[in-house]
Amino acid sequence: MLMNIALPIALTLVAAAFALSFWRLLIGPSKPDRILALDTLYINAIALLVLLGIHLSSALYFEAALLIALMGFVGTVALCKYLLRGDIIE
Amino acid sequence: MHRWLPHPLITLALTLVWLLLVNSLTTGQIVLGLLLAWAIPLFTLRFWPETLHIRRPGLLLRFAVRVLADIVTANLTVARLILGRPEQLRPVFVEVPLLLKSDLAISLLANTISLTPGTVSSCLSANRDYLLVHTLDTADADALAATIKTRYEAPLQEIFESC
Amino acid sequence: MLDLVLSLLILAGATFTFIGSLGLARLQDFYTRLHGPTKATTLGVGSLLIASALYFSTRGESISLHEVLVTLFLFITAPASAHLLSKAALHLHVRSLAPLPQESAIADEGSAQRQKDSPSAESNKLFLKT
Repeated sequence: MLMNIALPIALTLVAAAFALSFWRLLIGPSKPDRILALDTLYINAIALLVLLGIHLSSALYFEAALLIALMGFVGTVALCKYLLRGDIIE
Repeated sequence: MHRWLPHPLITLALTLVWLLLVNSLTTGQIVLGLLLAWAIPLFTLRFWPETLHIRRPGLLLRFAVRVLADIVTANLTVARLILGRPEQLRPVFVEVPLLLKSDLAISLLANTISLTPGTVSSCLSANRDYLLVHTLDTADADALAATIKTRYEAPLQEIFESC
Repeated sequence: MLDLVLSLLILAGATFTFIGSLGLARLQDFYTRLHGPTKATTLGVGSLLIASALYFSTRGESISLHEVLVTLFLFITAPASAHLLSKAALHLHVRSLAPLPQESAIADEGSAQRQKDSPSAESNKLFLKT
C-alpha cells in the first residue's frame, strides 16, 4: 500500500507547517502578521483533520473541518475589522 | 416571478450547497433544499441590492477553467519563489485602473487577482476607479497591470456588463 | 492505480501546505508573507480535500462530494481575508520592502467616513448607501 507510506510523510509535513506558523505567531513583529499566522494555523488545522480522516477512514472529521473553515474566516474578518476601525460591531 | 423568486441563480446555488452538505441525492432532500433555497433569498432580500445578470454563460465557464489553470501555475511560481532566495524578490505595489462598475464584477476581479499570478489585491480606492495590487516579484509593473486588464478584466466586463 | 493517484494528491497537498507556511516564516516583510498562505496553502488544502473526496467515494457505498463544499468555501474566503489583512496592514503603515503607495490611494471607506467634512467622503457615503 502506497498510502501507508504517503500518509505519515504528509502528516509530518503538515505538522511542520503548524510549527512554522506558530513560530510566526510568536515572533510576528506586527499585529497583521499575527492575524495572518492565525489564519494560516486554521487552514493547517483543516489540512490535518482531513488527513486524519483519511488515516482513520472516518468521515466524522469532515464536519469539524467545515466548522473550522467557517469560524476561522469569521475570526480573521473580525480581527481585521478591529484593526481597521478599532471596533467590531458598528 | 420577480416578487416570489427574486434571485433564481442564488436559489439554484443554495440548492446545490444543501445537497452537497447533506451528501445525499434523495427526493426528500431535493425538496427540502429547494424549499430552503426559495425561502432564504426572500428573508435576506435586503442583502442583495443588485440583481445578477450573466450575459455570456459560456464565456463565464471558459473564464472559470482558465482561472483554475492559472491558479495551479501561479502556485508553482509562488512555491518556487518561496523556496528560492527571498532577498532577491522585487515586490511592488501596482495601481490597476478599473473599467468595471458593478460590485460583483469588482469583487470577482479582486478574488481572481488574489488567487492567481503572484499578486494580492490590497485596496479598492474610495471612488472605485483603481485597485491597489501587491505583487511578489515583478520586473515590469506596467506590463503586469496590462496583463491583468486583458486577461481577467476584459472577460469579466463582457460577462457582466456589456450590452 | 487509485492508490498512486491518492498518494500523489496527498503528498502534493501536504507539500503545498508546508511551502505556504514556510513562506510565512521565511519571507522578509508582511506583504510578501501574505502570498504564501493565500495561494500555496489554499491549493494544498484543495488537493487534500479532493483526495479525501476520492478516497471516501471509492471505498464507501455512495459517492462523497461534501469536501467540494470546503474547497469552494476556502477558494472564496482566502482572497477576501487576504484583502482585508493587507488593507489593515496599509492602514497601520506596516513596514514594507516595496515603496508604500500614496496616502490618498489607501484612503478607504473607513477613513473617509471619519473625515466627514470632505466633499469626496460625502459622495462616497452616498454611493455606499445606494
